[in-house]
Amino acid sequence: MFRNQYDSDTTVWSPQGRLFQVEYAMEAVKQGSATVGLKSRDYAALIALCRTSKEAEDSPNSPLQRKIMPVDAHMGMSIAGLTADARIVCQHLRSECMSFRHSYDTDYPVQRLVTNLGIKLQATTQRYNRRPFGVGMLIAGYDEKGTHIFQVMPSANVFNCKAMAIGSRSQSARTYLERHLDSFMDSTKQDLICHGIQAIRGALGNQDSSEFTINVAIVGKDEPFKIFNETENQIYFEIAKTMGNPVTSDAEDARSIGGMIDMMDDMLEHGPSGSGSGPALDTDEESNAGLEPRPQ
Amino acid sequence: MSNLGFQQFPEYQVPGVQQADFSPYESNGGSIVAIAGDDFVVIAADTRLSSGYNIHSRDQSKLFKLSDQTVLGSTGCWADTLSLTGLLKVRMQGYEHTHLRTMATDAVAQMLSITMYNRRFFPYYVSNILAGIDKDGKGVVYSYDPIGHCERAFYRAGGTAGTLLQPVLDNQIGHKNINLSSSELPKLTIERAVAIASDTFISAAERDIYTGDSVLINIITKDGIEEKKLQLRLD
Repeated sequence: MFRNQYDSDTTVWSPQGRLFQVEYAMEAVKQGSATVGLKSRDYAALIALCRTSKEAEDSPNSPLQRKIMPVDAHMGMSIAGLTADARIVCQHLRSECMSFRHSYDTDYPVQRLVTNLGIKLQATTQRYNRRPFGVGMLIAGYDEKGTHIFQVMPSANVFNCKAMAIGSRSQSARTYLERHLDSFMDSTKQDLICHGIQAIRGALGNQDSSEFTINVAIVGKDEPFKIFNETENQIYFEIAKTMGNPVTSDAEDARSIGGMIDMMDDMLEHGPSGSGSGPALDTDEESNAGLEPRPQ
Repeated sequence: MSNLGFQQFPEYQVPGVQQADFSPYESNGGSIVAIAGDDFVVIAADTRLSSGYNIHSRDQSKLFKLSDQTVLGSTGCWADTLSLTGLLKVRMQGYEHTHLRTMATDAVAQMLSITMYNRRFFPYYVSNILAGIDKDGKGVVYSYDPIGHCERAFYRAGGTAGTLLQPVLDNQIGHKNINLSSSELPKLTIERAVAIASDTFISAAERDIYTGDSVLINIITKDGIEEKKLQLRLD
């Protein structure tokens, strides 16, 4: 696929009918760390795996390194790929939403906004002096028509999804999502987030988990778009851990939903118990050993 | 019709020619009082919206909550008020997206001043008073003229009854022209500030036809904004 005479410009077709520059831009998305988006009837959640860098000052929550960016009260997005390109797209979406709200005093319908975004991105695949944006986005929104998860790619393709994962090693996340797809629509908020965390843990694979943190964001009915803070992140992560290792075990089937909610209420009362000293439930010790999170 | 209309200048009238008399501005009346204390600020505005001798509404709040720590009171031309506050809301949201925090009161004050001066040659016909808690936790009041001149103060009255209310505040809050020694001067507590704001409005409603119906009082502290409502004369 790489290095041929048809890949120098985005305006050059290959004899097989491919635009190589656009395909190379899609590769940039695969370089970014994984992110997952999924929705139920009333909530849409975004979960992102953020790389932490011990040397750099910027934490994943600093505006320069964020993977999840709020767009408006009813919409937000998480990204995989070139952060700089993502910021430009995010600025554009924010300004469109603010302008719409100023003119009509209401939320910008999500479907319309992402369609217009797709049209704008397409222009970058057809001009000789421009390049496609090197970022894939999962846009989560809630409006009159309900919850939405849209996937937007550098190819300017926009997909309406029930659930999706993009970024590096996202295939295992997609497999998890596909396996549990039917349970999402009727899930509670807690279950939805836990499913999302379970999905993304598959994307960690065998890597050193101390390099990564998980960020969660939610939007939905009576719930403006919100990125969770450290405490909340920790609570959900602890609950998800008791669901067992997503790649190998079926432990999650054994846990009752009621038991998990009780445990979460317990944690909210007493605060997160810190890594290692979880509640007194059986956990799959071996498979969880390498997956201690470090809050950023 | 505007009372500064063409009819007032008979020497300019030419027989047989129809003169259009459109003024882009209209005064919709109303008054605002703001009093700042050590760790609080009280801002009060009446709720009458009028046009000439007619009343549009007896229950229209002139206080706009810009953030948990900042409230803007705006009277004058209501159309300009709505346009200006809409613009401020958009700018403040943009700030929150970039800086990941709410705008501080003094930043809002400066931004409002600049926004108004941008319309130097077609001003917002609005009398603004911004009240909030500054970054040191103290109450602060900023008052504006229609082209954005901003002045920081401890108390201020604005709007149609502004000239009636300001001397009362000067005497009661600023302790000007008062025959009491400094030890006898009453301390400015929230209760005293609310009482003085209420009393001044009751007096204003007596004499200013554009002020009346009811007063909405916002008490801003670091813990948030408390609302009170006081009924006034309906005439």
